[in-house]
Amino acid sequence: MNLTLHVWRQEGPGVPGRMERHEVAGVSPDMSFLEMMDLVNERLVREGKEPVAFEHDCREGICGCCSMVVNGAAHGPKKATTVCQLHMRTFKDGDTITVEPWRAAAFPVVRDLVVDRSALDRVIAAGGFVSVNTGSAPDGNAIPVPKEAADVSMDAAACIGCGACVAACPNASAMLFTAAKVAHLNRLPQGVPEAARRVRAMVEQMDAEGFGACTNHYECMEACPKEIPVRFIAEMNRAWTKASLSAESAAADKAGFG
Amino acid sequence: MALRLDSKVPSGPMDRKWEKHKFDLKLVNPANKRKFRVIVVGSGLAGASAAATLAELGYLVDCFTFHDSARRAHSIAAQGGINAAKNYQNDGDSVHRLFYDTVKGGDFRAREANVHRLAEVSTAIIDQCVAQGVPFAREYGGGLANRSFGGAQVSRTFYARGQTGQQLLLGAYQALQRQVGAGKVTMHTRSEMLDVVVEGGRARGIVTRDLVTGKIESWAADAVVLGTGGYSNVFFLSTNAKACNVTATWRAHRRGAGFANPCFTQIHPTSIPVSNEHASKTTLMSESLRNDGRVWVPLKAGDRRAPDDVPDHERDYYLERRYPSFGNLVPRDVASRAAKIVCDEGRGVGPGGRGVYLDFRDAIQRVGKDTIRQRYGNLFDMYANITGEDPYAVPMRIYPAPHYTMGGLWVDYDLMSTVPGLFVVGEANFSDHGANRLGASALMQGLADGYFVLPYTIGGYLAGAGTSGLKADAPAFLSVAKECAERTKRLLAVPGTRSPDSFHIELGKVMWDECGMARNRTGLERALKKIPEIREAFWKDVRVLGTGDRLNQNLEKAGRVADFLEFAEVMVLDALTREESCGGHFREEHQTSEGEALRNDKDFQHVAVWEWKGDGKAPELTKEPLAFEVVHPSTRSYK
Repeated sequence: MNLTLHVWRQEGPGVPGRMERHEVAGVSPDMSFLEMMDLVNERLVREGKEPVAFEHDCREGICGCCSMVVNGAAHGPKKATTVCQLHMRTFKDGDTITVEPWRAAAFPVVRDLVVDRSALDRVIAAGGFVSVNTGSAPDGNAIPVPKEAADVSMDAAACIGCGACVAACPNASAMLFTAAKVAHLNRLPQGVPEAARRVRAMVEQMDAEGFGACTNHYECMEACPKEIPVRFIAEMNRAWTKASLSAESAAADKAGFG
Repeated sequence: MALRLDSKVPSGPMDRKWEKHKFDLKLVNPANKRKFRVIVVGSGLAGASAAATLAELGYLVDCFTFHDSARRAHSIAAQGGINAAKNYQNDGDSVHRLFYDTVKGGDFRAREANVHRLAEVSTAIIDQCVAQGVPFAREYGGGLANRSFGGAQVSRTFYARGQTGQQLLLGAYQALQRQVGAGKVTMHTRSEMLDVVVEGGRARGIVTRDLVTGKIESWAADAVVLGTGGYSNVFFLSTNAKACNVTATWRAHRRGAGFANPCFTQIHPTSIPVSNEHASKTTLMSESLRNDGRVWVPLKAGDRRAPDDVPDHERDYYLERRYPSFGNLVPRDVASRAAKIVCDEGRGVGPGGRGVYLDFRDAIQRVGKDTIRQRYGNLFDMYANITGEDPYAVPMRIYPAPHYTMGGLWVDYDLMSTVPGLFVVGEANFSDHGANRLGASALMQGLADGYFVLPYTIGGYLAGAGTSGLKADAPAFLSVAKECAERTKRLLAVPGTRSPDSFHIELGKVMWDECGMARNRTGLERALKKIPEIREAFWKDVRVLGTGDRLNQNLEKAGRVADFLEFAEVMVLDALTREESCGGHFREEHQTSEGEALRNDKDFQHVAVWEWKGDGKAPELTKEPLAFEVVHPSTRSYK
């Protein structure tokens, strides 16, 4: 296959970027999209030009590193697929493909296709955990967890933290990411004691990072490589409202956290 | 001077050693813990769990990762599960059985006392992870579900769909982020460790490169913990993530840490075969698939019929035939080698004949497609996505690929390397798996080290050694930082033509051909000649574009390849020196008439520990003899 690529190049944060055109020959349909990018970079090095910086690691769709907007879609055209698992057989000989970084105010560009997603870590640090110190846990089977609850919790926990939901959202909202963590933990008995505090703290941090609000476009769910459903956002909104009105929240405010 | 190897295994009966040792270890008073700073390099299962737990205890912790987030480490890709001796299935499991299976599975090349401790703490790991909200698979009654796994005849594996590693890592990551939020851990993302600083016989800190600004920085601490993973990427094509590398452990080795059993590598039997010359890695299919999938090849060599056209009596279910009692669930080394043998006989399937079938036809008939989908849905999807084939309709094709490394930095019972104050956890140490690791035991060991072993033993060290007192602007730091900066400059200055990757591919091919699933003297000697040639070519002809003062992925890669090019030599030397076959190390000269591994306990029942003697000098070998008090070495048989 022969392709024409338009790739975003940007020296660094705050420096204006531009699209750069590359003619790519000899692409095999069995290659992954990133292996096609390897091919481009290998040639750039041979020509004495700097390779395109992009984030990647496991190339199995689980680490959440890879992050490219391909032809206007976060992770490209294939549903439920990270760009590392997108194969070139999805494209046709002669196609023109545009490749851009995640675009969101809360994800500043570091270089070329690499962006800074540390805002997501700070949302987790605000409350995306169960406060249990090592060594203090009861026996694993001491608290039964209904299979259905464990299954839905796992659906939410499948989030890989790639940020495609943010990149796909016209508001650059991180609601799906945050809601997935809230749904994962709040649904399990182990997460219940901190449920109210968790949702309030995470939403507050999410807002502080400059992510937009959800206005029900559902683009996040479309882009999500793990198909996390938007109903978790509705759940989070309910949990947040409930938490904000509860007596426990008033007590928490008084105590200085939450 | 040879290395002094004191394993510090406590006295007393095997099942009392850890209990006794925990009591004997000195304690650091809670108020004094905040006077100690600990550096943890790596935020995978071992690193993140260690960093979080140390911070909970009150130590000041700095945690470093080259990733953009602590959640990205390759532990995340582990699919199948984590072992624990819970005996929830009432099928006769026990700490002793897990211990026994692990020592035997490791082909009697692991340190018994460490393995026993691992089996003991395995149960607490499950409790801890459940309490953190890890969504393990459950039965309808609400209890935890289990599955069986290769190398065991009990169901002791806990799992979260096909994403167990991800869920355990997220548990540890969330515990870590909780400490970051509380200000107890300072997280340094996009920071790559380039060297360890050793002064006055003690690890004092590390030197890093900030991958965004290029700044070379020094960090002082009272102890340093490496949780930096394994070195499977020495083969270039492996199931490891692209960034996995040997740099941290190799640099520590050059500063005095002994490297143990580098030739013990695990070749995983169920990976997706490479289909094109541009493949950048191999992808693992969880070995849990072998619970329901049957492995076969055509009986006749050169049979090119579609799998469905091959009638049952013309199929060779070779694992079931050769190993009737374990069948498709034989340990990884045995399964991998068996696949290689049938492919060498010309009976392999798929492009190039390097593949065997993993067939779910019978399981689908038995339990239905839906049940199979529930058990392995995401793995089947992944396979279909990569190969373009539907594994519900046609058998999967699989082939062995490098996956895990049992070798690593030598550690004593306290997980301390031969450099005082330098601790090593998880895959980075030479660990508890001997010459072969059983499935679902890597997650167990990483979390055992990080949650339940290191937090005790490091206290014992700090209580005795006291604070380091050396600041990051001391001459010892400045000189190491200068060396790191010069090396970076040197990489950028080579007026070459080839990408770092091209050298990595070249090295990987030599390693796979000569030091892969089967090794022999001639091939290993050939590799020992080729590796220095590639290394020399690298320093003459590598091309690293751009500058060192900003994000430069090519520069990062070049540094890692340079270290692989040094490390590969000692790995081959170790394989050459170990004149026996054991576990994943198969020397063709040492096999039974049936083609099984032939151990030589008389001469090789030891840990081979290599000491760096300087550039261009041969490393020196010191041996830690292994004694087996409880599980007496026998010939492993899975027949």
